Amino acid sequence: MAFGPFLLLALMEGLVAASVLALTASGLSLVFGVMRVVNVAHGAFFMLGAVAAWFVTQWVPGPAAVGFVAALVLAPVVVAGIAAIADRLVLKRLGYDPEATIVATIGLLYILEQAALGLYGPDARPVAAPFDWRIQLPWFGYSGYKLFVVAAAAAVLGALWLVMTRSRAGLVMRATQVDRQTAQAFGIDVDRVYAGVFALGAGLAAVAAVLVVPIQQAHYLMGGDPLLMSFIVVIIGGLGSLRGTLAAALIIGLSDGVISMFFTPTLAKILATLAVAMVLVFRPQGLFGARP
Amino acid sequence: MTKGLFTPQPGRRAVLGGLGAGLIAGGLPRGAWAQSAPIKLGFQLHRTGIGAGYGRWYERTAQAALKVVNDMGGINGRPVEIVFEDDGTDPKRGAEVVEKLASQAGCDAIFGPLFSHVVIGSAPRAGELKVPYLVCSEGYHVASGMLNRWTLQPGITDVRAQVTSMAPWVMANLGKKVTMVFPDYAFGYDHRDFFTEAVKAQGGEVIAQIAIPPTETSFTRYLPQIPAETEVLYHVMVGPAVLTFVKELGEFYGTGARPQIFGFIDSLEAVDIASPGLEFLEGTHFWEAHNRVKQADAGADEVFYRAAVGVDDNGASISDAADVSTYSHMFSCWETLFTIKAGMEASGYAGPADRQKFVEAIEAMTAMPASQANPQGAKMFNGKTHQVFGHQFISKVEGGKLMRVHQTTMEDGMYPDAVDYSTMTF
Repeated sequence: MAFGPFLLLALMEGLVAASVLALTASGLSLVFGVMRVVNVAHGAFFMLGAVAAWFVTQWVPGPAAVGFVAALVLAPVVVAGIAAIADRLVLKRLGYDPEATIVATIGLLYILEQAALGLYGPDARPVAAPFDWRIQLPWFGYSGYKLFVVAAAAAVLGALWLVMTRSRAGLVMRATQVDRQTAQAFGIDVDRVYAGVFALGAGLAAVAAVLVVPIQQAHYLMGGDPLLMSFIVVIIGGLGSLRGTLAAALIIGLSDGVISMFFTPTLAKILATLAVAMVLVFRPQGLFGARP
Repeated sequence: MTKGLFTPQPGRRAVLGGLGAGLIAGGLPRGAWAQSAPIKLGFQLHRTGIGAGYGRWYERTAQAALKVVNDMGGINGRPVEIVFEDDGTDPKRGAEVVEKLASQAGCDAIFGPLFSHVVIGSAPRAGELKVPYLVCSEGYHVASGMLNRWTLQPGITDVRAQVTSMAPWVMANLGKKVTMVFPDYAFGYDHRDFFTEAVKAQGGEVIAQIAIPPTETSFTRYLPQIPAETEVLYHVMVGPAVLTFVKELGEFYGTGARPQIFGFIDSLEAVDIASPGLEFLEGTHFWEAHNRVKQADAGADEVFYRAAVGVDDNGASISDAADVSTYSHMFSCWETLFTIKAGMEASGYAGPADRQKFVEAIEAMTAMPASQANPQGAKMFNGKTHQVFGHQFISKVEGGKLMRVHQTTMEDGMYPDAVDYSTMTF
């Protein structure tokens, strides 16, 4: 394949990866930013979103598009609900202690994965894409659905941006992020904010998973890779900085696409991990993070 | 698990020794089983992990074969029991499962693992524990001499034989310039090494080798590495994402020009070939060890096997048409169980003390004619390399169904012995 089309395909693949990654990582970043909780179970919430999407599409009759839209609405709500319960039952009781919550979310990860294995089974199951449209370029064909994923992820991220900067809920979340005690002194119910943020973070991962599941299939072990990549993105972008997360997701996603294509996917992972190490050594606050 | 310790077993040996197995099977009522302790076989099962699609069907096939064996009177007149243990398709866990089945469950022999990295990780433990370990794996690791005298593969042919026997047909009918896409671990390397060698022997050339990790979830980025001058695209993939792989292959070529495609059915095991997005496979070819779609010339053994396991004419479960079987692999569990039966009966197996005699009895086996015990077809066992040889099939997708277009001979897949396990110490 000639260089031009090769690069085009690499960029398209990279963009799809970047947009899904941006959605997933923004959830992780939000949870860390507001709650100071390193949520190791984030990948499990991603997986739950995909599994829930499979169940919803099985139950909703009619064309694939109807089932998919239902999944896009219901799956994140269900996952967010599970996350809120986990927050109330586990994290709150630990007083959101940073070390204790890491261990607790590791436990949560195993519980969710094994629960999915028990209820959903060990098989990878496909979810039909809402539409079956293929773009035929002169050099190669490409799935139209993948381009839809990019657009949908951009729309959700745009909405998240508006909520965080323009709405009262966003203001409350930002206030809690800046200073928990002062926020409490101003009458903000911090417990509710925490439960809401944890649910929102998990919900974002679930949205990403619903978008990805027609491309990838739902599988109980699918959360590992998104978790690792989200951590890479959040560390490079700066923990808790939404803008940094978006920028890092684009950098990592696109470079992953291009390096995977021109060299090997293994090399792409090696370089991304190396970048994390470099950032931690030379700029521990991340590209956009504020120095504490 | 501790039942064996406490169940009194009076007279088992006496009965066996005095009367002989044939007399028991013919002369005693079924109730006599209550007195004879069962033969316990361990099954190392990929119930979870990346091999779960296979595991589901391996378990069903083994259960079906078990029922047939017990209906026939068991082994040496004793009923047979299978203890299934999940290894998560994980080599480390695999070795622990072997240990657990042999030491805790007290199994007489262990069989059933498929994935080559798990087999390679587990077989040394079986050798240390001196328990017969009959794998259903396809890998060349048995015949290569990498494993040990306790490890045998009597139920399925190995990759080396498979690719060697099919290369001439691929070269003659599809093209000479081949690009290979294979999983990046032991099983894939067997494909890479021996198909490349076989292609060269036929005057063809493998122009690119693309290795993909079996845990990969996205494949489009690997596909541009396929050179434009490729005449035949050879693909073999495993793992939970095989459907994605084939779909993305279809998206990538779209309606544009594409090479001939020759795939191992592994890329579509447990996947419905009529899935949306797979229409482009029409007219492409697949290797099959056992035809998923019931062919017009299917004999009585094939019909019996299909019904016993519960597979319909399209290769799916009779209770759920969407639950597609791993038809080209799972027969190995059935055939291995019958080989265990034959080996134990030939060696007069009475208990773990006879394990060595049992392995020697299997090593002495040669021709295995097509029968109810060997529904996939006739086979030839090589006692030196511990590997069985048999027929391979090439099928073409016609009207969304895999129809056989070629059958290799057993000799097509044979190669010089690389090892003689039978001279090794136990």
